Amino acid sequence: MTDTNELVEIRWHGRGGQGAVTSAEILARAAISEGKYAQAFPKFGPERRGAPVQAFDRINSSKPIRVRADVDEPDIVIVLDPTLLRIINVTSGLKDNGILVVNTSRTLAEVEAEFGTKWKLAAVDAIKIAREELGVPIVNTTMLGALLRAFAVVETDSLVVPLQHRFERLAERNINAMKRAFKETVVKERG
Amino acid sequence: MGERIGIEVSQAIAEAAMLSNVDVIAAYPITPQTHIVEHLAELVASGELDAEYIPVESEHSAMSACLGAVATGARTFTATAGQGLELMHEVLYVASSMRLPVIMSVANRALSGPLNVWGDQSDLMSVRDTGWIQIVAANGQEAVDNVICAFAIGEDRRVLLPVMVHVDGFYLTHVIEPVIMPDREEVDRFIPPYDYPLPLDTEKPVTMGAFAPPVLYPEAKKAQDVNLRGSMPVILEHWDRFGKAFGRQYGPLEHYRSEGAKTLLLTMGSIGDTASAAVDKMRDEGKDVGLVQLRLWRPFPFAEFRNAVRDADLLVVVDRAISFGGPGGPFCSEVRAALYDEEKRPKVTGFIAGLGGRDITVAGFEDMVARGIEIAETGTDQEYEIYGVRE
Repeated sequence: MTDTNELVEIRWHGRGGQGAVTSAEILARAAISEGKYAQAFPKFGPERRGAPVQAFDRINSSKPIRVRADVDEPDIVIVLDPTLLRIINVTSGLKDNGILVVNTSRTLAEVEAEFGTKWKLAAVDAIKIAREELGVPIVNTTMLGALLRAFAVVETDSLVVPLQHRFERLAERNINAMKRAFKETVVKERG
Repeated sequence: MGERIGIEVSQAIAEAAMLSNVDVIAAYPITPQTHIVEHLAELVASGELDAEYIPVESEHSAMSACLGAVATGARTFTATAGQGLELMHEVLYVASSMRLPVIMSVANRALSGPLNVWGDQSDLMSVRDTGWIQIVAANGQEAVDNVICAFAIGEDRRVLLPVMVHVDGFYLTHVIEPVIMPDREEVDRFIPPYDYPLPLDTEKPVTMGAFAPPVLYPEAKKAQDVNLRGSMPVILEHWDRFGKAFGRQYGPLEHYRSEGAKTLLLTMGSIGDTASAAVDKMRDEGKDVGLVQLRLWRPFPFAEFRNAVRDADLLVVVDRAISFGGPGGPFCSEVRAALYDEEKRPKVTGFIAGLGGRDITVAGFEDMVARGIEIAETGTDQEYEIYGVRE
């Protein structure tokens, strides 16, 4: 994956209440504000706080998105909750040249030990950042920064207006968390 | 010419109703319509929309309240889905037979049981014969534009009929996508003021919804049918006006690489987008396949439809609803009926797919086309196939 001229498909894994759906929406709004085509939607189901949930993005800089179905073979997988790694096969369908972005307090070497060298890996201690910047361990906006560090699917600045729209008086803190994650995320190319 | 924004389709529909200057909304929330009416309630509460929002205790009351409102001359909107549409079912006939132009968005949903809140078109098909004009949107832009068109069409004195704008539950209602939101002034210019000819007025009492014994009832029903069929040119006129004003042209059918295609996929609603991607893939592989999407379900566009499929050898019709024990999916039945008297008619194979929120993928459409061709060549003793079901 080198540019966004082609379709980029993203799958978010989180737990109900962690904001995976919100992040997917903010990302799509940012992409659309850049003149791109994008789609965001949740895995439709009875939402329950704490239960594993998924959300999806499709982004294409030049062509309308036409497929209306879950993202089963993502280019990028983002995992908001480290405990999901133990109970869900988050890399299911992840393309061979895909990217895995995880929130973890472990080192990148430890992440690589678990997932191997097949995918580009990006790791960030998003809980630490969210606690310090927001005062709560809600990592969805933090993980937007981690995603953009791993792959510039939109410009960082394009997230600002959608974040302001969504979070109003709390927007600045979320923007800070996003930007700090962009700096602190560590990335390892595949292979 | 409007602003292109990323917006959830439900919110966009609510804002389309606001842009249309709706006066009264009576609604009861139900998945997957909820975000539409929640947003309308927010817009009314914040003062952005100057309208009466009547929270009711059921969909039956929602539609009943809408009838009263629209009969006073108030522009009226509501939305529902699935079981909610079923609960208001008997009142739907009253709206059309009394020629009360309520505009309603339906977030299409499966019907119980088993309980299922996800998207299919079982609810849409269950209200087929209620006498409403029914437009089926394939994406968010069509949903917004056709809510606006619905007010112009339904309230037109030559029509005066209620209009449903169907949007697939979840597949459209819960998706953020690019939508060009028209300017309020443009919409004001497009929709004429609502001027109901005989509004409820205590100063000038009228009888509405009167009793009709056998000596009157058939005449009333024929008049209703003539009226609904006769709405076709007015619908086309307003779509044409909309195209000129907003640059987006709508018609009863949407064609995608269908010219001269030997095999045509036929769809209604949001699955058309995925089907068009499948058509591109099959075309790249040298397969002679096109797509025709139906946008106007009632009145059914017989002439345009026959013309659109005239040169095809095979139609592969995809329904997202079952007519249990009947001739197949309701859309497929209609297609067969429309073609029966034609001298040269394509073969028709019917598939039922995507029930209760089961995704139909690009590969799924490719499978159905391949299977449809196989059935057309070898025959089958079944009227239809239910696609992709574990057995």
